[in-house]
Amino acid sequence: MSGNRTIKVTGTLLLLITVMALVGPWINPNDYMTMDLDRILRSPSAAGMHWFGTDGLGRDLFVRTMHGIRVTMLVAIVASLVSLVIGVAYGAIAGFVGGRVDAVMMRLVDTLYALPFIFFVILLMVAFERNFLLIFVAIGAINWLDMARIVRGQTLSLREREFVEAARLTGVSAARIIFRHIAPNLMGIVIVYVTLTIPQAILVESFLSFLGLGVQEPQTSLGALVDAGVNQMERAAFTLLIPATLLAAILMCFNFLGDGLRDYFDARHSQ
Amino acid sequence: MLRYTLLRIVGAIPTLLLVIVLAFLMVHAAPGGPFDDERALPPEIEANIAAAYHLDEPLPKQLLRYMGGLLQGDLGPSYRYRDYSVNELIGVGFPYSLRIGASAMALALLVGVGAGTIAALRQGTLLDRVVMGFSMIGISIPVLVVAPVLVLLLAVKLHWLPAGWSETGGLRHYLLPVITLALPQIAYIARLTRASMIDVLSRDFIRTAYAQGLGTATVVRVHALKPAMLPVLSYMGPAIAAILTGSVVVEEIFGIPGLGQFFIGGALNRDYTLVLGIVVFYATLIIALNLLVDILYGVIDPRVRYR
Repeated sequence: MSGNRTIKVTGTLLLLITVMALVGPWINPNDYMTMDLDRILRSPSAAGMHWFGTDGLGRDLFVRTMHGIRVTMLVAIVASLVSLVIGVAYGAIAGFVGGRVDAVMMRLVDTLYALPFIFFVILLMVAFERNFLLIFVAIGAINWLDMARIVRGQTLSLREREFVEAARLTGVSAARIIFRHIAPNLMGIVIVYVTLTIPQAILVESFLSFLGLGVQEPQTSLGALVDAGVNQMERAAFTLLIPATLLAAILMCFNFLGDGLRDYFDARHSQ
Repeated sequence: MLRYTLLRIVGAIPTLLLVIVLAFLMVHAAPGGPFDDERALPPEIEANIAAAYHLDEPLPKQLLRYMGGLLQGDLGPSYRYRDYSVNELIGVGFPYSLRIGASAMALALLVGVGAGTIAALRQGTLLDRVVMGFSMIGISIPVLVVAPVLVLLLAVKLHWLPAGWSETGGLRHYLLPVITLALPQIAYIARLTRASMIDVLSRDFIRTAYAQGLGTATVVRVHALKPAMLPVLSYMGPAIAAILTGSVVVEEIFGIPGLGQFFIGGALNRDYTLVLGIVVFYATLIIALNLLVDILYGVIDPRVRYR
């Protein structure tokens, strides 16, 4: 598949899934937390509008799945924004200041690379209860390393360009050069890496929720739904297969989209 | 080489210290004490418990005490399993995790390098595209999807392999967990191997080797494999971390009583010392293995020793 087509296909798929998750609960009469113990583990059918069937507590699985996609996407996007802010600020400062500061800052990034971050996130979850906001920040705080490296590399080449020199000559402060002149020029590459950070954040979130350490009932996410499906799979395989397929599809789309965008930008740069 | 090795070892120490201090502070910054949620105890008893676990001391002193214990390899007592130390619990769980993890790593290297090499030799053919397609899928789909779906397919529906875990079940019970854990790594290693093998195969010394009349198998085995393995070797660090993380999920799904289970159990029960101890243990393991990879890199590629 050529790069451009990959971008279009995966982009469209993601858009469709997002729209479905946003509109779905709205057009289906069921809601995500009402239990009905008379109709547990019903197979998907049009009866009662249970398009994806019901779960072990008789809750509608379609609406729950859509709700789960919303939560998963929200966590992933907010976490990626957190990592974007940290990564861009850190990388741009290291690259722009350069010299010994740069060496120390990048040495710290190398050190952090060696840490088993996911275990630190779990540690945080244990120490500070399961705080929804904390999940965002914790996941964001562990994913900024790649971003910092990429941004630093770009900044190193940008700061030698004429427009930066011109800004410096006219007496613009270093902070203003970084945020007004260099940061906007980093946007292309940053967007590409955000697309690649989102699936990583989704992975961490679903890992935590799968282990019961993330989103708490009656709230749900794709990872929590897969976990519930594992417990029911011998009686009702669809409770596992539906959220698992959607999770895999979303991750795959983001990965292919990120790859496609990277190739696209690389091709433009090399021309 | 000795100098290089020593430098690497010295370089790993700050990382390890950072991990320990960070993890310790995180646990101790937690609001409330570890025994808060039990029924209210008389203040004297509470004071006694605090004194028994040295919780009444100032934080720096507690940290020093903990580090002192670590130097002697002592991770302290568990708060929940009252009669056990963290060391004993790790001693119970780790052998299972080690067996699964090491087997998965071996499988991943064997199959990943094999598939990558074949894809590189048949570059552009259908076989190449099939291998690469599968590996892209393998990279994208996480263990927590692969594991239950494989169980559903191979164990619940087809009855080929056992789904659960049994102490006396033998090798068959290891098969599914190990395959599940290895799959994403196979995918990644296959891609890495293919890319670097294609690069190496285009070098002059390979052309020379072919010109001497050697067969493809000999050229790959004797000349191309070693240089092509360098990127794979540097991926070993992240791979080890990924396998440790994946092992937590796999142990949960298959009910294997490994270290991951203790970790999650500890996290859910707020067993601070156990969770802290396992994080420190994992981190030390990862840092030590990374160090080993670094040193191996220096052995295989002498150029990095003088950088």
